[in-house]
Amino acid sequence: MARGQGAALDRKKLMADPIMVTTIVVLITFLTLFILYPLAILLVDSFVGDGGFGFGIFKRVFAMPTFTRAIGNTLKVGFVVGILSSLIGLLFAYVEVYVRLNKFAGGLFKVVSMLPVVSPPFVLSLSMIMLFGKAGIITRFLLGIYDNNVYGYWGIVIVQTLTFFPVCYMMLKGLLKNIDPSLEEAARDMGASRWKVFADVTLPLMLPGLGNAFLVTFIESIADFANPMIIGGSYDTLATTIYLQITGAYDKAGAAAMAVVLLCITLAMFAVQKYYLEAKTAATLTGKASRARMLIEDKSVKIPLTILCSLGAMFVIMMYICVPIGACFPTWGYKFFPLTGKWFAQVFTKYRGLKAFKDSFVLSLIASPITALLSMIISYLVVKRKFKSKGFIEAVSMLAMAVPGTVLGVGFIRGYSGGLFHTGVLQGIYGTGLILIIVFVVRSLPTGTRSGISALRQIDKSIEESAYDMGADSFKVFMTVTLPLIKDSFLSGLVTAFVRSITAISAIILLVTPAYLLITVQINEFAEKGAFSLACAFATILIIITYSAVLLMNLFIKYFGTSRKIKED
Amino acid sequence: MEKMKKGVRLEHISKIYKDPKTGKEFYAVKDTSLTIEPGSFVTLLGPSGCGKTTTLRMIAGFESPDEGEIYLGDEPINELTPNKRDTAMVFQSYALLPHYNVFDNVAYGLKLRKVPKEEIQERMMRILELVELSGMEARMTNQLSGGQQQRVALARALVIEPSVLLFDEPLSNLDAKLRVSMRTEIRRIQQEVGITAIYVTHDQSEAMALSDNIIIMNKGVVAQMGTPQEIYYHPVDEFVADFIGEANFLRGKMTGSEQGYATLNVEGYPLRVRGKEGMEIGEEYTVVLRPEAASLGDEGGLPCRVVLSCFMGSYQNYHVMVGDTLVKLEEHNPKNKRIYQVGEDCHLIFEPESVHVL
Repeated sequence: MARGQGAALDRKKLMADPIMVTTIVVLITFLTLFILYPLAILLVDSFVGDGGFGFGIFKRVFAMPTFTRAIGNTLKVGFVVGILSSLIGLLFAYVEVYVRLNKFAGGLFKVVSMLPVVSPPFVLSLSMIMLFGKAGIITRFLLGIYDNNVYGYWGIVIVQTLTFFPVCYMMLKGLLKNIDPSLEEAARDMGASRWKVFADVTLPLMLPGLGNAFLVTFIESIADFANPMIIGGSYDTLATTIYLQITGAYDKAGAAAMAVVLLCITLAMFAVQKYYLEAKTAATLTGKASRARMLIEDKSVKIPLTILCSLGAMFVIMMYICVPIGACFPTWGYKFFPLTGKWFAQVFTKYRGLKAFKDSFVLSLIASPITALLSMIISYLVVKRKFKSKGFIEAVSMLAMAVPGTVLGVGFIRGYSGGLFHTGVLQGIYGTGLILIIVFVVRSLPTGTRSGISALRQIDKSIEESAYDMGADSFKVFMTVTLPLIKDSFLSGLVTAFVRSITAISAIILLVTPAYLLITVQINEFAEKGAFSLACAFATILIIITYSAVLLMNLFIKYFGTSRKIKED
Repeated sequence: MEKMKKGVRLEHISKIYKDPKTGKEFYAVKDTSLTIEPGSFVTLLGPSGCGKTTTLRMIAGFESPDEGEIYLGDEPINELTPNKRDTAMVFQSYALLPHYNVFDNVAYGLKLRKVPKEEIQERMMRILELVELSGMEARMTNQLSGGQQQRVALARALVIEPSVLLFDEPLSNLDAKLRVSMRTEIRRIQQEVGITAIYVTHDQSEAMALSDNIIIMNKGVVAQMGTPQEIYYHPVDEFVADFIGEANFLRGKMTGSEQGYATLNVEGYPLRVRGKEGMEIGEEYTVVLRPEAASLGDEGGLPCRVVLSCFMGSYQNYHVMVGDTLVKLEEHNPKNKRIYQVGEDCHLIFEPESVHVL
């Protein structure tokens, strides 16, 4: 069968639409230059970096005990954090969906799900050290333990688990809500106890989802840079080893090879998660709940579960609250009262805090609309249009999800410090604010695209077709129909991109030059030096900024989000 | 709306799809040629997956044919994008823009065409009156009933005065009663405007009520094209006969013929039917018998036994066995007729002219 003519006609129709063609070309260029190319150059470098093609560099890095130990460490941490996070996440999700919660506990759950979104990903390491470290408030001053060591394996595991389990909780909550209650009622009706129902019905249905949550957390943990950096002590993971290989040993080729190893691990995980588990999750949980679930009122179940989760939630919240309070202690570890504002003052007077906030703020502010718009355009093209290079655009923007920030950072160093393929072309952007903005965009693009795609999938395809049929070209359709219908998703994508950018560190720390002071890099530096009060002061202001951004967004959506009116249908 | 009416012509159109599961390619539409006269109302009718919607979407421009050429009037339109084609489509889901009110929805196409404001006002007034939506301009579309949304969709398509109006199962989301009244409405408006209309449906009564011509499609090819009467009384094959209305099939070898009538041997009994050209003695033939064309009696016709007898109000529904062949029939106005019970032996009676030889 010859499909030639149809394809040729589709191409002609596409070419009749210059804005669309330009958009696609620009997108492909962007994705190739800033996602594919930096990864490709890592591969090239690690095979030919020492002169001559071969496995020489890989042999060299695998001979380093620090590196092989780091691989083991990373996998061990990732595995344990993945399991703990998905189990705690499942507990929280189950309690929220199945147990009637009182207002207080419900509020706690909401705060816990919100906190990781607005805070920089590594603040828990700070509070962990301040609460439970050698001079920790709880360990030393409440319990009188003087030699508690939080640095190392357990420190990372606890901090990462507390940081990532809310993500699992949100994921699993969505899945649990999709289980049709009548399945469980049927099992109850046949005489199964509540525990039996959970073990025989709920859990098997959730298994692929749990696996999914586990892998997502595993990837996050492996890719995490700042927590191991601050609380890892001498316990190095891949991300920190790569960082030290570049900044300490100046071994760029070696770092490239290590980055390739790290990338392979995350890509393999990502492939399993994306193509195997996601499909399975969708297959087992297709049905929408037919009606509301009978919540568990039984006191012997409800009270212990509620108390357990509330305590857990309060613990997490306390960890976060520790940061602003820690910023107010006069001398942390010795003198706690009277609380003082001197650290905040020093941030601005002594440590150029204003410049740090301005730089971070301005760069993120520039990056976020670009990210939001790009991700909406990609989602639109992926969901609503068909053309040849669509598969490429979709694959590369999803690929970015699996790339750890450190790997991307090394890729940018290798790819742009000497220009494209070390020819000097585009070398000019290296070390500028522009490259930081690009990294911000690349780092938040996958999340934005994913939420854009799911928002667009809910819109009936024929709505855009009807506009097209009425005589609107692609640009008009996008501006007058698509964008207004996914306004909410666009706005939240905007803020998410902003928050992710201003709190980003892993890739940025490798690329930032003294011309730019970034808050997250400052926090990391002060934490490294042991100046926790200053780090906390910086972090507090950062959290205030991100939280205000989120609040502003919610207000904005409330008053200007037209999609709400439509949804009420 | 004085504009040259245009017809639509499809010449050897094919569309190939890939089955997403098996990866195999198959013809969604295969070598289809059609001529749709200007100003006529034509229905594409067929079971799901027969290629009717694909054909419509190729005419609209959303899909590109893999073979063949589509003409609007005399102009080939294969290379035109949907927004450049002089067609307007009414979608199954109405596809109204949810963030616009009724006025903005209907005026959308006019604004895109940069029609001057006064003219928009005037044309809007006229069109909203035609679809009986005057006074509803400021409503949001989700405040309208299904039937009203349907009218908005229709008005939006009509107001840009396209050469051809395309309907993609527009009534399938409405309840049964509304469906009947809306289809009368659609027919009235099409006649009033005098526009060429192509209508896709799987509902045969809708097709009968609306169309000048019906095109029956099956597995990507046109099975038959003709007026509703032609298709009902003279189906070309068993698929068409079975798809349009209820049909019984009686099979038998031809044993003799005289003056345009043929005799078939059906289940061991002689059956006299109106013959058709080219019939030959000794060959096997199938005849179509519509349920309303036969009745039961005590003698004559084919001997049979009743296996189901069911009162349906306006008619008595029978299933009878003629030998091994099941025949369904409807005895209309059964009040003063003899009702046969299950297990009774009787005779199946019909005129030789009421059956159609395939």
